Amino acid sequence: MKFIDEYRRSDLAHTLAEKIAAMTDKRLKIMEVCGGHTHAIFKYGIEDLLPLNIEMIHGPGCPVCVIPLGRVDDAISIALQTDVIFTTFGDAMRVPGSKTSLLDAKAAGADVRMVYSPLDALRIAKKNPDRHTVFLALGFETTAPSTAMTVLQADKEGVENFSVFCNHITIVPALKAMLDSPDLKLDGFLGPGHVSTVIGLRPYQFVARDYGKPVAVSGFEPLDVLQSVYMVVKQIVEGRAEIENQYGRAVSPDGNRKALEVLFEVFEPRDFFEWRGLGSIAHSGMKLRGKYARFDAELKFSIPGLRVADPKACQCGEILKGVKKPWECKVFGTACTPETPIGSCMVSSEGACAAYYNFGRLSKVAERHGAQAGV
Amino acid sequence: MCLAIPGKIVEIVDHENSIAKVEVGGVRRNINTGMLDDARVGDYVLIHVGFAMSRIDEKQAQETLRILEELGSYMEEFEQFKTAME
Amino acid sequence: MKQFATSPLFERVERARRRKPKIKDTHITLAHGSGGKAMHELIEGLFLEYLRNPLLEKLEDQAVFEIASNHARPRLAFTTDSYVVDPIFFPGGDIGSLAVHGTVNDLAMSGARPLYLSAGFIIEEGFPIADLKRILSSMREAALEAGVEVVTGDTKVVQRGSADKLFINTAGIGVIEHAGHISASRAEAGDKVILSGAIGDHGTTIMIARGELELETEIESDTAPLNSLVREMLDEADSIAGVRAIHCLRDPTRGGVATTLNEIALASEVCIQIYEDSIPVRREVRGACEILGLDPLYVANEGKLIAIVADEIAQPMVMRMKENVNGRDTCIIGEVKIEPPGIVAMQTGFGGARIVDMLVGEQLPRIC
Repeated sequence: MKFIDEYRRSDLAHTLAEKIAAMTDKRLKIMEVCGGHTHAIFKYGIEDLLPLNIEMIHGPGCPVCVIPLGRVDDAISIALQTDVIFTTFGDAMRVPGSKTSLLDAKAAGADVRMVYSPLDALRIAKKNPDRHTVFLALGFETTAPSTAMTVLQADKEGVENFSVFCNHITIVPALKAMLDSPDLKLDGFLGPGHVSTVIGLRPYQFVARDYGKPVAVSGFEPLDVLQSVYMVVKQIVEGRAEIENQYGRAVSPDGNRKALEVLFEVFEPRDFFEWRGLGSIAHSGMKLRGKYARFDAELKFSIPGLRVADPKACQCGEILKGVKKPWECKVFGTACTPETPIGSCMVSSEGACAAYYNFGRLSKVAERHGAQAGV
Repeated sequence: MCLAIPGKIVEIVDHENSIAKVEVGGVRRNINTGMLDDARVGDYVLIHVGFAMSRIDEKQAQETLRILEELGSYMEEFEQFKTAME
Repeated sequence: MKQFATSPLFERVERARRRKPKIKDTHITLAHGSGGKAMHELIEGLFLEYLRNPLLEKLEDQAVFEIASNHARPRLAFTTDSYVVDPIFFPGGDIGSLAVHGTVNDLAMSGARPLYLSAGFIIEEGFPIADLKRILSSMREAALEAGVEVVTGDTKVVQRGSADKLFINTAGIGVIEHAGHISASRAEAGDKVILSGAIGDHGTTIMIARGELELETEIESDTAPLNSLVREMLDEADSIAGVRAIHCLRDPTRGGVATTLNEIALASEVCIQIYEDSIPVRREVRGACEILGLDPLYVANEGKLIAIVADEIAQPMVMRMKENVNGRDTCIIGEVKIEPPGIVAMQTGFGGARIVDMLVGEQLPRIC
């Protein structure tokens, strides 16, 4: 497949990895912000190729992982109302709320349907005029314009039985919150490539300018990730801190103007939005503007809207910031497993804990930590 | 997050409503191209949840590959350089 | 692949993974039928607790037992399976052919020669007779091809909404005429892992045929009877080192190749190492999986088998299997090691290594 296979060539991987190893012996911690990168790193076994002094920290960029318990409860309460068809991406089906998940709600009789696109949800609404279809909108700036386009289409076509339960979030405030965290010890970042197709490179400037950390906006194939690590390490070795673009084939420096326009037309920032594991972050969530209030499920349905505290035992916050390794958390592999996840990092295969649990058990990183701990 | 993959536009299905058919490895689907300036048959676009998010820039793709191949192949030269430095 | 070394991570996960399966859920969800960990919890934590006996306990795809008679002690294989596929007609087959193939294959995986099937039909009122005729005719054809007969049956009609169109249950009985012992618990270090062709065709076809994802492609289900392939495999093994050199046979249906290999690794307490590059995946299956963020290793097959055989017969076995119409793309995808036991590890095409574990439930598209 064009634009995929070329970036999975293993012959280039080894030399590229050797080159990264040759650049420095210094211990470096590099965070991949995006869950898609976490997934790629584990799926292709990239950590095994990297030298031991380069440690990847798996960041908060998995929308399914960071949706707070209370919001999942709200979604389930909407799904359980009569005459509601509740539509969602497959990712969100198994995410546990404080007691149950959407999959459980489905088993209890709710009409929960998986869709590939928000447009599919709108189509379901049009096909079922006597019922109300709700779309669980999830995701960063990559996904939000698609929800916005769908709301605009519903508006244009005058569809009245469709609404959106909006949980869209933005990555930059979260990135800033992480950088401001006193216990953060990161040396550089892989920037989220698909978010950047929409927002471009400029929003990351502050990372280099104010915090002196290098960023390489990265594609999602394994060679993309390796090359981006190379670019970040090179910046560190050369004493630079810039925003570089490894994913030039898909990301233009200015982003996608049309996507940004529809985004701002339909959404406005919330004052605060809660992230599982990270707490409340200012201006990190989006909601529908007043103009489109009739498509806002939060206004249409009475939802509990309760804030549910993260379980105390869970150390997702420390893991998301790279302060702790997943297996250093007390509940990892005891009370918290992919079957019964407690923390956000165990929920989706893009979360750090689930990735180590499912794919990374033989990883060099864990081995090294084992050697240090004398196991 | 944000799974997006490149696909080739094989047909403009509805120009007015920005609907195009894309193909990925022999699998086809209609997607919305309303967020691109214009979409033409033969273009490769990045597809996410049924929408084209950006056009894949062939020149940039070639450039990335060129750098990757360079990084992957001038190892010997690099070794010589390192030895010289020591 | 590099040498195995233990770590706190590995030990923690193993401890959790080896916990006795317990059913904690209060209700059945679709995950319990997916072939993953949730289904194993249901089977081992509930069904086995109530219905335990030495034959059921083995959790093979079929029960194998001896019948004492005056002259001989023939070994029989007995199995059952229900078919609820939606849609009931799909490219490459329908619920009728699937109901014959699935049960024939479960028998064949013990090396048995399938003899007789039963067929039970649960039909929703209003179901078109014309569709039923089509399904029966495809069952007849499938039975003829597999050399089995449907010798007993049952029909129930239920109220509209009490079943989705048509469900079929088939049970099958076969006779084991070889002296070997084929079981998921017989994989040994040094064995080779053989796969009889490209993976994921059936699951991908069904997913696309449902229409909800609005994907179009030309792919067909691989549904096929595997008993003739198995018969030839037994012959081949017999001619070299004896049938006992075939250690395990399984058809990777629900949960795909990844789940089946995990079942074998756990039952045999061995490590199965596979090589991603050697696993054939059709272009369309790869395309659909890329779009939806799925892994073809977990996608269902209905006409493929995995064989774990002694190293000495592996190469000739592959050659022999390639001659069979249902084994043309047979290849070796990995080998069996000692450490770490109970684990399936994969050398990725990119040169890294990772664990391939069972999933909790059905694989869901990973999109946002």
